[in-house]
Amino acid sequence: MKSESPITASNSHEGTPLLDLRGMVKSYPGCLANDQVDLTLMPGQIHALLGENGAGKSTLVKMIYGVLRADQGDIEWQGAPVTINNPSVARGLGIAMVFQHFSLFESLTVSENIALGLGDSSGVNTDSLDEDIVTISARYGLPLDPERYVYTLSVGERQRIEIVRCLLQNPKLLIMDEPTSVLTPQEVDTLFKTLRQLSSEGVAILYISHKLDEIKALCHHATILRGGRVVGIANPATESASSLASMMIGQDVTPHRLPESAGFGPVSLACQSLTLPAADSFSVKLDDINLSVRAGEILGIAGVAGNGQDELINALSGEILLSSADMVQFKGQPVGRLMPGSRRQIGLCVVPEERLGHAAVPGMSLAENAFLTGAQRLSLSRVGFIRHRASRQFASRVIDAFQVQCRGSAAAADSLSGGNLQKFVVGREIMQKPEVLVVAQPTWGVDAGAAAAIHDALLGLAADGAAVIIVSQDLDELLGVCHSIMAICAGKTSDVFPAKHITMEEIGLLMGGAALDGLQATDGVVNGQESARKFGPEAPL
Amino acid sequence: MIRLIKRPEPSRVMVYLAPVIALVLTLLAGLLLFFLLGVPVGEALYAFFVEPISTRYGLAELGVKAAPLILIGAALSLGFRAQVWNIGAEGQLVAGAITGGAVALWFYEVEAWYVLPLMMLAGIAGGMAWASIPALLKTRFNASEILTSLMLTYIAGLLLSLLVHGALRDPDGFNFPESRLFHAAATLPIVLDGTRLHIGFPIAIMFVATLWILLSRTVLGFELQVMGAAPRAGRFAGFRESSVIWFCLLLGGGAAGLAGLFEVAGPIGQLIPVVSPGYGFTAIIVAFLGRLHPVGVLFAGLVMALSYLGGESAQITMNLPKAVTGVFQGLLLFFLLATDVLILYRFGWGRRSLAATHT
Repeated sequence: MKSESPITASNSHEGTPLLDLRGMVKSYPGCLANDQVDLTLMPGQIHALLGENGAGKSTLVKMIYGVLRADQGDIEWQGAPVTINNPSVARGLGIAMVFQHFSLFESLTVSENIALGLGDSSGVNTDSLDEDIVTISARYGLPLDPERYVYTLSVGERQRIEIVRCLLQNPKLLIMDEPTSVLTPQEVDTLFKTLRQLSSEGVAILYISHKLDEIKALCHHATILRGGRVVGIANPATESASSLASMMIGQDVTPHRLPESAGFGPVSLACQSLTLPAADSFSVKLDDINLSVRAGEILGIAGVAGNGQDELINALSGEILLSSADMVQFKGQPVGRLMPGSRRQIGLCVVPEERLGHAAVPGMSLAENAFLTGAQRLSLSRVGFIRHRASRQFASRVIDAFQVQCRGSAAAADSLSGGNLQKFVVGREIMQKPEVLVVAQPTWGVDAGAAAAIHDALLGLAADGAAVIIVSQDLDELLGVCHSIMAICAGKTSDVFPAKHITMEEIGLLMGGAALDGLQATDGVVNGQESARKFGPEAPL
Repeated sequence: MIRLIKRPEPSRVMVYLAPVIALVLTLLAGLLLFFLLGVPVGEALYAFFVEPISTRYGLAELGVKAAPLILIGAALSLGFRAQVWNIGAEGQLVAGAITGGAVALWFYEVEAWYVLPLMMLAGIAGGMAWASIPALLKTRFNASEILTSLMLTYIAGLLLSLLVHGALRDPDGFNFPESRLFHAAATLPIVLDGTRLHIGFPIAIMFVATLWILLSRTVLGFELQVMGAAPRAGRFAGFRESSVIWFCLLLGGGAAGLAGLFEVAGPIGQLIPVVSPGYGFTAIIVAFLGRLHPVGVLFAGLVMALSYLGGESAQITMNLPKAVTGVFQGLLLFFLLATDVLILYRFGWGRRSLAATHT
């Protein structure tokens, strides 16, 4: 079933598309996910599939990979019609996919994980697997030690496992679903080198993303989806980012400008030598974190996932109580040992990263989820009884203000798409008018339109005098909306720098734990005042 | 070929229909069982399901058996929703019977109005005390409440046996392992003349109504459900896991203790070595059969009570073994767990159909 090598196979079909989709239709109850989608992919082409959340990108690639079956439509592979019933048929044809969410076993080694993922039908010889892994990873610049345990690896390294697993099968088509959302800029560069090398060897790449700059830098060709239909085919190199964005969301987008701050108010939230031992072997200890954010200021904390962000968020929200109340101070008042409800009551609201199961209860309605965190500040309960009507009204206000697409306040949280639920959980906190808002990954997996709405709301909140902390690994986002930026790496924070004077590469270095020599840290720069504000390792205790 | 196909979203209809299907399947399996045993099927089913409730007295007996099941099942269902698995309600029932019964014997000479309320309080306290042991072990040492509460059941049973053989034995009882019979002031008032239906039944129904309100209207009920469905979201909201565990175990223990007191102060009228035919365990089935909803538990309690009555009736009229009761209860739980698959899946017939047609 498998052919010998992807290179010769694709070259011998010069002129014939590798993959040709015509009239693909897939409907779900109440929603047409793909409507007559056409797509043509040539060997060696890096083809971007661009679209907002819910545009039908995932549905389309799942049909190519055999996870979903189309209601209608023809698939031609190297000129011959095929039916792809399941992923093993797809793999047999030479289609491989790197999913957005990795499926790796933390407690197994790299090679064990790869062996498990290959299955029987892959045709890969498992005896020489370790050698093959080393060969492939050396050839494509993906350094990987087969004996390492997965839990010791960074997210970027974990992604390499998935890519190497795909490459071992000599694919002719590699599908990548939002591969850069978890990587530092430096890791993204490495990945792009690998992808370009694959392309030059004749492997076609279907690249799903909504990061326009990446697509412009990497892709030869772009198919833009909106509402399940193809709305444009473009050459990304010749289009501008904003023209691609307007095709994607169907209206013009104006990149928002950070309003010139007229100076900030007093410090709203401060961490003083915040230290927290690791709860277990999978969590990160927080090591002497010092930071402060003033009324009206937006502070961005950059970092690769798993460097203590979750722990910091939990320490700020009150899910983890600290050993000393002084470690977190809200307007000078020690709150490090207050429960989450009490912190909300005084005006410290938090949006955790995980939407389902943490920020919201999946099976419960939006009204109940509105009550979940709105109960205190909006007095949604009276003598222990829930004010259901008030909760519904609050949920409806959030739904209206943030244009959450749903069936109303009775809709279950897990019936919403990721982007819409994100708008809801961010909106839920913003509408409570907190004095300090801490948001983790506010636009993770959210389309450009929704991201802009969330950013505008955060900027508006800060303009009204709230202090905002954004924890994110999306550096475009941090540079776009934050006044000052710091990074967190292995549970330690860097100095704080004004967003105006720092470049993406410099943030990348900070995220890797390096110190910046040439750049003046924020002390006294943002406002020319508060020279006592010192952060980082040399902070006075 | 029959295949299971995952539904796009859980079926609301099946949530309610699954218990009914399970009941029908239990009946059919019972039919088959009787047939294979060579017992006249029609008569056996009549004896099991119809005869017990064909009289006024029989209906009252249904209430007598259902009262403890409903009381305990409703409390357990709240705990199960919060993922607190109190499996030892039987032990808490016995503990309540001991403490409540001990109060009755302590006030043996006193014929006053306050004896019965005092006994009820003592029964509740006894059940709670017994349930507080797994709660403490869970919150302090993270010991599984499933194991600890279950093991404590056997300790409670042995403790009761010890007491009726010793300290609480009737001094004039010819060394039989029984306590003295409770006085009139220490026995439950009858609500239906000429039957054994006592105030435990209306109290159980009021308890169901209270829990329904608790679950649907109060912050506490919300907290329990959030903690069960998404513990991290509960912690994020500011709910304390340990207080949820304590509340659920104390509620279950209190309800079971009260049910135990109702047994000894009602139908039994004294302390004997075995005070319950497994109400505390059957209540687990009742909770699930009632879809962990107080009102569902009310109906499920009546159904399971019928299985007790039917078993007795089948023993008397058909000479069937007592084990028939347990078999029917087990079948019901078995089918219920099996039919629950239909909430998330549906049946598909034949081979996989190829969707990508239209060429």
